[in-house]
Amino acid sequence: MTRKMLLKKTAFYAVVVVIVLISVFPFYYAILTSLKTGTDLFKVNYFPSSFNFSNYIDILHNGEFIRSTLNSVFIASTTVACALLLAVTASYALARVRFRGRGLLLMSILAISMFPQIAVLAGLFELIRFIGIYNTPWAMILSYTIFTLPFTVWVLTTFMRDLPVEIEEAAIVDGATPWTIITQIFMPLLWPALVTTGLLAFIGAWNEFLFALTFTASESMRTVPVAIAMLSGSSQYETPWGLIMAASVLVTVPLVVLVLIFQRKIVSGLTAGGVKG
Amino acid sequence: MAKIELKNLRKTFGSTDVIRGVDLTINAGEFMVFVGPSGCGKSTLLRLICGLEDITSGELLFDSVSMNHKVPSERGIAMVFQSYALYPHMSVYKNMAFGLKLANTSPQEMKNRVLEAAKMLQIEHLLDRLPKQLSGGQRQRVAIGRAIVRDPRVFLFDEPLSNLDASLRVDTRLEIAKLHHKMKDTTMIYVTHDQVEAMTLADRICVLRDGNIEQVGTPEELYNQPKSLFVASFIGSPKMNFLTGNIAEQHHCHTLGIRPEHLVVDQHNGIWSGEVMHTENLGSDFFVFIDLGTSDHLVVRLDGQERIKLGTRLSVRPLEKHLHRFDNNGLPNPSKSYQEAI
Amino acid sequence: MFNKAILPPPGTSSLQRQKLRAAFWFLAPMLIVLFCVAAWPLLRSIYFSFTNTSLTNLYGGEWIGFKNYLTWKTLSSGHTIYSGTLADPAWWNAVWNTVKFALVSVSLETIFGLMVALVLNAEFKGRGLVRAAILIPWAIPTIVSAKIWAWMFNDQFGIINNMLLSIGLIDHKMAWTANLDTAMLSVIIVDIWKTTPFMALLCLAGLQMIPRDMYESAKIDGIHPIKVFFQVTLPLVKPALMVAVIFRTLDALRMFDLVYVLTPNSNATKTMSILSRENLIDFDKFAYGSAQSTLLFAIIALFVVLYIWLGKIDLSGDKS
Repeated sequence: MTRKMLLKKTAFYAVVVVIVLISVFPFYYAILTSLKTGTDLFKVNYFPSSFNFSNYIDILHNGEFIRSTLNSVFIASTTVACALLLAVTASYALARVRFRGRGLLLMSILAISMFPQIAVLAGLFELIRFIGIYNTPWAMILSYTIFTLPFTVWVLTTFMRDLPVEIEEAAIVDGATPWTIITQIFMPLLWPALVTTGLLAFIGAWNEFLFALTFTASESMRTVPVAIAMLSGSSQYETPWGLIMAASVLVTVPLVVLVLIFQRKIVSGLTAGGVKG
Repeated sequence: MAKIELKNLRKTFGSTDVIRGVDLTINAGEFMVFVGPSGCGKSTLLRLICGLEDITSGELLFDSVSMNHKVPSERGIAMVFQSYALYPHMSVYKNMAFGLKLANTSPQEMKNRVLEAAKMLQIEHLLDRLPKQLSGGQRQRVAIGRAIVRDPRVFLFDEPLSNLDASLRVDTRLEIAKLHHKMKDTTMIYVTHDQVEAMTLADRICVLRDGNIEQVGTPEELYNQPKSLFVASFIGSPKMNFLTGNIAEQHHCHTLGIRPEHLVVDQHNGIWSGEVMHTENLGSDFFVFIDLGTSDHLVVRLDGQERIKLGTRLSVRPLEKHLHRFDNNGLPNPSKSYQEAI
Repeated sequence: MFNKAILPPPGTSSLQRQKLRAAFWFLAPMLIVLFCVAAWPLLRSIYFSFTNTSLTNLYGGEWIGFKNYLTWKTLSSGHTIYSGTLADPAWWNAVWNTVKFALVSVSLETIFGLMVALVLNAEFKGRGLVRAAILIPWAIPTIVSAKIWAWMFNDQFGIINNMLLSIGLIDHKMAWTANLDTAMLSVIIVDIWKTTPFMALLCLAGLQMIPRDMYESAKIDGIHPIKVFFQVTLPLVKPALMVAVIFRTLDALRMFDLVYVLTPNSNATKTMSILSRENLIDFDKFAYGSAQSTLLFAIIALFVVLYIWLGKIDLSGDKS
């Protein structure tokens, strides 16, 4: 190996190390902070100095935080389930049936997924007040549909378009109706795509902030992001950093684990959707 | 048993005419092959018969009953697809039983019919496997089995061999021929672009070109009496020789056709001569390419044991009664029959 | 209109008819839901922007025309006073903040994303690990990243100040998020950190579609790698890159959560979304806020139309 090549290789790996460090460090630092209490918090360390789990114990004894987590789990799962249910049939129609105005329809769906949420805030606020679901999880489930549904429809349409036509035709010759084709042929084939799309939509719903902030009033109805944003200490001037970091780590670790498990599938889902999940 | 009648059948996609008024009768129990180059409309025609495409105009009759508005499953047909189109998540058994299950067949009968078909195709040992665990040939058998189970009046094949490798293709061709012998009552329609498949399998062949029927007939008829230059050039391998210009004029036509096996080497009385530019040895046959000095060259079939060196000067003579004459529209030249030309 | 478009015309075979009928019933629930959660609220929001509706009295608003957008009065002194959103310096400050944020963050994310994608496209040991690592910032909820970075940017105890002080880049502790000069910078840094992975993954997908032999033939021809990048890689990856850039730009134009948590109430970072929500909910200027949200929608809609029109993208998949 020549010196030049060695130099090149070293530079390349240096870039790789920098990328990894920048990506991972803030989360690592959050974990580090979450393990510190009292005055330890205000000493900057790069490596773990103490393993004090009292922040975690505190946050897990915080009824409101547990409540928020349950709210978030309920809201995100219900939203995703509804979106997938509606999207599977809709995407079959969009991917597999030729009809006039299909392009326009797809374009409108894409446009809705790019809506600035703020543009519908006033109208949604009125609607939610009108139905009487203000300050309940249903307000979030309803409003999150505005981004989860177009996203799932769009991604599933892309996936469904890629399924071989001949399999569908074979099923038609066998006497299958569109409903049978979806439930007995396409759903089993699209299982991985459904999981990926569902996961991405779940992450989107789990992370949403604007609607959750606007449509909740009482502490017990908050979702996790709102709860973390509002987490305050005993006095107004003291931010409980250790507690915030412990809460952050707790709600992020499951996501990070899921994302790492489904890495490859998520990349394909993102590319298919071209939409930030 | 089903007699199939196509009456002035048309299909347009947007503004392009794919099938331009086809009239054809396929007899009950017949093995009909649609053949033609890609884009000739043969697959579309099959899909119209199958019901996967709408008929734009004209009529499709099975035993004198209109099928125009029937969905595929009501037509009593079964189709074997080019890519096999097996359901990837179902076992072979389930693949074959799927249609019966949708038709609410009783479990016992379903089992009997699947097992019977499996036995016929010798795939009984594969019934529990998934399609991805099968070889290409096995998949094709399952696809055929899935069609047999439906006990169709009409059996449709859409280029079923084109995804198989060469040796397997020959074996499967034989299987399909045997199937036709066994299922004498079932009308079969087979689409291919390969004229060898057409010649070997068909009772009758329908040659299509640009959405029109070029000629319908038995393999012998198509081979011996092609009704157009197109059919003459499409059927037969290696292709018929075509001569134009002076040579054709001497025979009172625009294009003169002669098959390689109808040329005889005759160094004394040969009427066309030239240098050997290329030879191909196929074992059973030996083909010689003769450069006539014009834009045309001649391919001559000799016995497989013959050997001729490149550059040799050869004279050949056609067997007069096998000459095919075409006018400048590619149609047979009726004004001068070969007797007159002599 | 939709009904007419999808119901089968007479004369279609039963298969096509069956499919079209199924398509209608399959699409109907989704369309009804989308109408309720998207179209209707949007129309109502736009309607509110032409009224004087207030948060406490949602149905008591009266039609006031364009007064929320722009209106003027000529005083007896001959002096004209303009009011309404379009004459509101706070609104223009928010527009400027949003545009600045979108431009800077998206262009930097594109450059970094492409760089990371190029690195990941090379074959080396531990590539899977690196890809996993860059997915972490993307997986962390925005609010959580905002909090983590707020802590790292902390003026007294933050690790950023500590780092920069120890290598001598700054000589005193800085209040990154509170300081008007650096607030926007902090927001952009966090957004880049969080979103570059998304860009990188989309670029990587584009890069992986380029056939390897193309690089190999360029290598055999002895073309300099930088030239290869600009003349082979970039043009081929451009379509994928453009899609990513558009999506990110639209996303950046509606920025809300990161700014709300990282730099609350800072005029240097207040975006259109934040200002609009402030008026809608916090300041009880419901109609005025609606006007601002409608303007933001108009800007984004214009952008989308331009994108679809210029890109002429094939959405129905008919051509493929």
